[in-house]
Amino acid sequence: MIRIAKKDDLSGLKANLLRVSAVLLGMIAAGILMLFIGFDPVVTYREMFKGTFGSSYGLINSVNIAIPYLIIALGISIAFSMKFWNIGAEGQLVMGAVFATYVTRILPPETNGILLMVLMALAGMAGGAFWALIPGLFKAFSNTNETLFTLMMNYVAIKFTLYLRSILWKDPAAKGFPKIASIPVQSRLPKVFGIHIGWIIALILVVIVFVLMKYTKKGYETRVVGASENTAHYAGMNVKKVLISGIMLSGAICGLAGMVKLNGMSYTLSEAIGGGDGFTAIIVAWLAQLSAPVMVLVSFLFAALKQGAQTIELTMKIPSSVTDIIQGMILFFALGSEFFIRYRFVLDSRKSHISSSENKGSSAIESSGKINEGGDHQ
Amino acid sequence: MNDNLIYVTIALFIASAIRISLPLLLGALGETITERAGNLNLGVEGMMLMGASAGFLTAVRTQSVLLALLAAMLASGFGAALYGMLTITFRTNQIVTGLALTIFGTGFANTMGKASVLGKPLSSHATPANIKSFFAIKPLSFDISAIEGKPVIGPVIKFISTAFLQHNIYVYGVILLAVLLTVFLYKTRAGLNLRTVGENPYAADSAGINVIRIKYTYVIAGGMLCGLAGVYMSMVNIGSWVDNITAGRGWIVVALVIFVRWDPLKAILGSFFFGALEVLKFYLDIVPALKSSLFFNMYFLEMYPYIMTIIVLVITYASKKGTWVGPASLSLPYFREER
Repeated sequence: MIRIAKKDDLSGLKANLLRVSAVLLGMIAAGILMLFIGFDPVVTYREMFKGTFGSSYGLINSVNIAIPYLIIALGISIAFSMKFWNIGAEGQLVMGAVFATYVTRILPPETNGILLMVLMALAGMAGGAFWALIPGLFKAFSNTNETLFTLMMNYVAIKFTLYLRSILWKDPAAKGFPKIASIPVQSRLPKVFGIHIGWIIALILVVIVFVLMKYTKKGYETRVVGASENTAHYAGMNVKKVLISGIMLSGAICGLAGMVKLNGMSYTLSEAIGGGDGFTAIIVAWLAQLSAPVMVLVSFLFAALKQGAQTIELTMKIPSSVTDIIQGMILFFALGSEFFIRYRFVLDSRKSHISSSENKGSSAIESSGKINEGGDHQ
Repeated sequence: MNDNLIYVTIALFIASAIRISLPLLLGALGETITERAGNLNLGVEGMMLMGASAGFLTAVRTQSVLLALLAAMLASGFGAALYGMLTITFRTNQIVTGLALTIFGTGFANTMGKASVLGKPLSSHATPANIKSFFAIKPLSFDISAIEGKPVIGPVIKFISTAFLQHNIYVYGVILLAVLLTVFLYKTRAGLNLRTVGENPYAADSAGINVIRIKYTYVIAGGMLCGLAGVYMSMVNIGSWVDNITAGRGWIVVALVIFVRWDPLKAILGSFFFGALEVLKFYLDIVPALKSSLFFNMYFLEMYPYIMTIIVLVITYASKKGTWVGPASLSLPYFREER
């Protein structure tokens, strides 16, 4: 009889070694799949590596891709540490960009650039916070399943933006092409080291979120609510207030990511402005075990993969979708590795379960508190 | 516009809503049994795409309907098995794992679509003629020219025939499957076991049910149904390959399952309703007043499935205590040691 037993805590080094080998195994598994489809994995990986690290252009582009991943992952991590499964980052990002665009539509086009940027950032945060607040309120007051709610909100936001682009905000100057007018040139984010300052914003946010979650009362309350709502109640915390403010903060950061993408990269609002980043970032946050500094690393790794894939599509005619296979495989292995960090298989004779069967009734509730063991590990 | 034409248009509208809703229904049935086992699989979009590409490839290569369907089930079943292994045995977070499966499945499908496995990219092929003609067979269709002209009964028969009887065997098969699944779920021992696992796996285990085996069975079977949904889209509804051929329908499926509250029988109506919303934009010409109104523009129509799902969600949770809000163990990992 094989049973699963908890391991003693692995040392940090051993655990990280396991994680790194999981990533490598994932790449090997993806390579085998590539062989089946008919691509040479060695050449593919080499060209991808060159595409990312072989030129300053590749590196700059990778950072460009990593910026939204990182910002959104930071936002998501706040909600996740409360066990509020916010998978609505994509929609919150889109609504952030919508609100930011709205600012440019009500202010005269010659408004000062910095003023515009600040107002657009604030509007973006308001948009994201608003979009997260709706499921947040229902979660706080009637315990409505937030996973499903936030998931649906993504598509409402995307379809709404499609409507804005095609009808309400359609630029008459675009000669019938359904496009929203670009934001004023002076509101584009300036560049430092060849990359728009979104990277500075992202790094500042890393520090803020890290300090907030680790060293402030707010962060403490957030984590307690995440660990056990009952405990939080007994400790005299206003659980609803903590929940709602945390969710709004989470949404606001995702909304800010929308403004950064708008003012730093796309310069015009479209329903595709999220481009799936809101979903990728969930995985970034999770793999980083909700630790802000680790997210920097993971988001860059994901961005490097994507940049490499875009290169091989141009130079080798290998479809860039290969990157999704690689990413998926790495994810599968990385997710699986967490199990081997915490548990081990033991071969033994069947043991009786009588001793642990007393709290059968409450175990279902308890296990909900254990869903996020990975996240609590830091 | 004369009355007769309006009737015909409405009948045609119903028929095309049924056609478009078929993959939604199939996917929803798959996701329903998966979620009934307590596993929220957000990889529906990925699994549908895997089935769509592998099935289409096989269809082009072998010209066999059966092999194409089998390949679709194998591919999406493989994806579901991966998800199952991670979430059931390795107890990973279901949401993150499902999203990973969607990323993987999308990459798998689009790479297969572009790769020249057949010498030419998949997108340059069309569904083989024999498969096309197989899906053009309408088993319930009959010649109505003799009764068409008769008063009262004539137009009624014509309406029913146009709307409901001009479909291929797959359509009726899937509707039958939904009915059978309902019976299975509520009237059989195995269905009861499945529901128990989704509600309280710990109690199920104590009652001697093999929770792990049940979870694996329905996660993989559910994935296979999603693959069948996908291949129907590439092979029949569209008839060729394009990247991201499902175009987000996997997410509509996830919405649909909640919208009908995990009930296969209601899923028939729910999928028809979502399908009707999708094709409504082509039929609004007969009601000019609606066509020009804001709430019936095509972008809002695309939004409604999600909004209505949210409303169902909100109402369910806001109603009085004791209302069933879905499988209680949904998205929670099962730790046998902690019984």
